[in-house]
Amino acid sequence: MHDKSVAQLIAGLRDRHFSSVEISRCFLDRIARLDSTYNSFITVDEDAVLASAAAADTRIAAGEAAPLTGVPIAHKDIFCTNGMRTSCGSRMLDNFTPPYDATIIRRFNEEGAIILGKTGMDEFAMGSSNETSYYGPVRNPWDTNLVPGGSSGGSAAAVAAMLAPAATGTDTGGSIRQPAAFCGITGIKPTYGRVSRLGMVAFASSLDQAGPMAYTAEDCALLLNAMAGHDPLDSTSSEVPAEDYCAGLQEKLQGLRIGLPRQYFDDGLDAATARRIEAALKEFEAQGAHLVEVDLPHSQLSIPAYYVIAPAEASTNLSRFDGVRYGHRCENPADLHDLYTRTREEGFGDEVKRRILVGTYALSAGYYDAYYKKAQQVRRLIKQDFIDCFDQVDVIAGPTTPGPAFALGAKSDDPLAMYLEDIYTLAVNLAGLPGMSLPAGEVDGKPVGLQLIGPHFAEARLLNAAHQFQQATNWHLQRPASANGEVA
Amino acid sequence: MAIEQDEIEKIAELARIRIAPDQIGPLTQRIAGILGMVDQLQAADTRDVEPMANPLDAVQRLRSDEVTEQNRREDFQAIAPAVENGLYLVPRVVE
Repeated sequence: MHDKSVAQLIAGLRDRHFSSVEISRCFLDRIARLDSTYNSFITVDEDAVLASAAAADTRIAAGEAAPLTGVPIAHKDIFCTNGMRTSCGSRMLDNFTPPYDATIIRRFNEEGAIILGKTGMDEFAMGSSNETSYYGPVRNPWDTNLVPGGSSGGSAAAVAAMLAPAATGTDTGGSIRQPAAFCGITGIKPTYGRVSRLGMVAFASSLDQAGPMAYTAEDCALLLNAMAGHDPLDSTSSEVPAEDYCAGLQEKLQGLRIGLPRQYFDDGLDAATARRIEAALKEFEAQGAHLVEVDLPHSQLSIPAYYVIAPAEASTNLSRFDGVRYGHRCENPADLHDLYTRTREEGFGDEVKRRILVGTYALSAGYYDAYYKKAQQVRRLIKQDFIDCFDQVDVIAGPTTPGPAFALGAKSDDPLAMYLEDIYTLAVNLAGLPGMSLPAGEVDGKPVGLQLIGPHFAEARLLNAAHQFQQATNWHLQRPASANGEVA
Repeated sequence: MAIEQDEIEKIAELARIRIAPDQIGPLTQRIAGILGMVDQLQAADTRDVEPMANPLDAVQRLRSDEVTEQNRREDFQAIAPAVENGLYLVPRVVE
């Protein structure tokens, strides 16, 4: 039962082949048995899981099931869960138990989905390898010497290892797509504002967006149906009506115009990864899609623009952690200044401190125009590149990452090398576009992710293209040997 | 733009983060590296380009001025490091 997709679990629950309690026990057992290898979960509350599952079974028996009733879902530990610790991977929030639910958690609860647990992540979602977590690194189920990607690495690893059938993640610069690629699963970052940010610990508020991670595009559509929609409690939430993301999955791709940005296939792309991506694109061509070369001339500037804008927003967002109202507080503060500065010294890890300091610098008097304003201008140029492309094509395709997963520790001492990992994903957040990653092959046993990017609010088009690809290929059905109890 | 150690000390103070004295040097190097990378931005021609703060160019939405929240003081105080009589406690500020 642990290897079933969300769609299969829904069908099995509906047809009474198994109960939610049985499914939930199965995943709890697997977590207890296997997660010491991966470290993908930070918190699992078995009693709460089984109580929710029993309630879901009652609801199903009464004929009142919603689509996701009884389905266990793991949540990135960035989403506030009422009465359940929400650490954001940080010592700062190690003792934080929110008194409310994030909007997406509330929506999943209303559907009767089960909160299976809270997954590991880079501290405050700042990282591309899951190595900045206060709770230790998460390991890649395909090879436990490799990183799972980040920042939603715990969610990606938990799904890849079949410890959860699906999970939520957040993506500020690639944090759903890159770990999905590294762990061989499917994940979508919706359009900025598509999914509520209420109760999602803020990193960079003009970039952050939540989305689902699962085996298939169909499963992502099922979860996105529950997550997407306007939230009056999030002032940046879009009022564009959400769609039924499952409705168009079966549409054929005949005539679909797929843009291939020259800049995404340059020298920075690993040669073996490039071959896998090209093979995947041939499959789209076989289904009647047209491949068109396009240009994103400012894409190289996405890294410097992002590493001004994201830290600037982070430095303001993270100023709330002051040791007064919740979270960590240092022992025996001498005075208020000592309370603030020592609490923040102890509560934040190195990468978070670096980004707060870079952001504070970029926003400080005398540097604002040279850094922050300049980065915002470049951000508009990057967005305009995409708008121009979407005059010619329906979707853009390319690699999710420059290469497959790298070894733990390989880049953790070199922030600039780590930042380069996100070269193909950052621009999508800067432009606010939907983007997704889907499994498209492997290099030496390591999964390769294909990225699809669409115009604003074209999530359904991306999911349709990914679903059609997955009807003809089986990369999304591959599971790591370690998750079957075999030695990796 | 090179950044000096005293500037790191100044922004750390602005950000209210204590940095151990032996960490200032290595941290300055790291941040200088990041700012060096960021300086690629200066090559971009951004004349007449309007800065973009929101990817959908959305403007701040306002809601009607109605009471929508309940008073949950006890819930919020329960998760605070130190409280007394409904107040948050911090070290003495005024002697």
